[in-house]
Amino acid sequence: MLRPFEIHEPGTVEEASVLLAQFGFDAAIYAGGTELLLIMKEGLAHFPHLVNIKTIPGLDEIALSTEGDELQIGPLATHWELERSPTVKKHAPLFAEVESQVANTRVRAMGTIGGNLCFAEPHSDPATLLLAWGATLELSSADAQRQLPAADFTLGMFETARQPDEILTRIRLPLLSENTAGAYRKFSTHERPMATVAALLEVKDGMIEHARLAVGSVGPVPIRASEAEGLLRGQGAEEAAFSTAGELAASASDPIDDLHGSAEYKRHLVRVLTTQALEQAAKRAVGAVNEG
Amino acid sequence: MRVEIPNGDDSPHLRINLKVNGQSVDTSIEPRELLLDFLRDRLGFTGAKRSCDVQVCGTCTVLLDGRPVSACCTLAYEARDRELLTIEGLAKGDELHPLQQSFVEQTALQCGFCTPGMILTAKSLLEEISHPTRQQIQRYLKGNLCRCTGYWNILVAVEQAARRLQPEGQSESPA
Repeated sequence: MLRPFEIHEPGTVEEASVLLAQFGFDAAIYAGGTELLLIMKEGLAHFPHLVNIKTIPGLDEIALSTEGDELQIGPLATHWELERSPTVKKHAPLFAEVESQVANTRVRAMGTIGGNLCFAEPHSDPATLLLAWGATLELSSADAQRQLPAADFTLGMFETARQPDEILTRIRLPLLSENTAGAYRKFSTHERPMATVAALLEVKDGMIEHARLAVGSVGPVPIRASEAEGLLRGQGAEEAAFSTAGELAASASDPIDDLHGSAEYKRHLVRVLTTQALEQAAKRAVGAVNEG
Repeated sequence: MRVEIPNGDDSPHLRINLKVNGQSVDTSIEPRELLLDFLRDRLGFTGAKRSCDVQVCGTCTVLLDGRPVSACCTLAYEARDRELLTIEGLAKGDELHPLQQSFVEQTALQCGFCTPGMILTAKSLLEEISHPTRQQIQRYLKGNLCRCTGYWNILVAVEQAARRLQPEGQSESPA
């Protein structure tokens, strides 16, 4: 049985932030609970105060920005809602696709995108994708608000740049240009993935203008494979050196040996998954241009 | 239904109302109480089983407002003002639900430990997609583990139940 705790039900972000500041390390934000309750059940952490942000209205909204240039996702949107949301499927189909592969049906029904990102579990699918995507995260406290690139948010295993009194209040996903397409590849033998790769390619006149590549799950945090990205720039989308890019991504990644697999095997997976993701992204980008 | 707390202690209690299998429940809970313990030990609904205890295996699956959740890793608090369905609420008296009937006919179970979770997850699927493809069933049930059957008969049973529930067979586009 869990050790006793109190649940607080703030009505606004400000109230929640004040509670979090007041209780400091004795408090945790409670949303879906799919990660938090696990560590509390295992006795790895105990928080005498849970601040339930689900009592704050509006934090689960999914909408296009007024300018129509970005998708704005509330932190309480569940994976279940994100994989089904017509807005997400229309404006960021790759994001919906990745959300539909998170954990299992039950975790998706309860788990929130905000909780997933703030918990910073190293095998997070959305964290890998959002790093490649160049998403921005909005953090709010009682008296301040700041915008942080996804790349600066995850600092380490279970560690983020979020301050104890801050709440992730929005995930901002810039819409991809119509000649950009992406793909996501993962491999798992257990519940959580062993290796994940997100690739985004911007293709113009058959040439790769920009490549964005992120590798996750193999080490403490997802990383960008910048050398591989640089290699692909300027290459023809249909005959680019995707397998060389895979090798570069594999050597850029720093896998650890654990129950999911050996570092050597994970590095092999990164190479294969990167190549596959790039090939699929290129096919989609070229297809999108041709349909254009 | 009124449920009393077995042994009162100093930890804070919350008054909650919810519906379990169509019946109203009015009770007090501790914030730390897990939904699975609440259902099994307090209400006597033992259909949901504890197995992996880390929301991976699916034996504790119940439907919360129609969506499958792992009762082992969900607070009873989450059920406040909501509706829960456990396997006990599926049959109408002696008349089995089409999913239960199909599981029996197809021998989609051996030891039966995973069956309540399998059937409830499948129920949620069929409410969303009345005639799912084999792949859609596999994806939806991916988080429900069975260590006896090899899954084949389970897939066949879900397909049979889908036909029984909606014989007309107008199929939606894949989600």
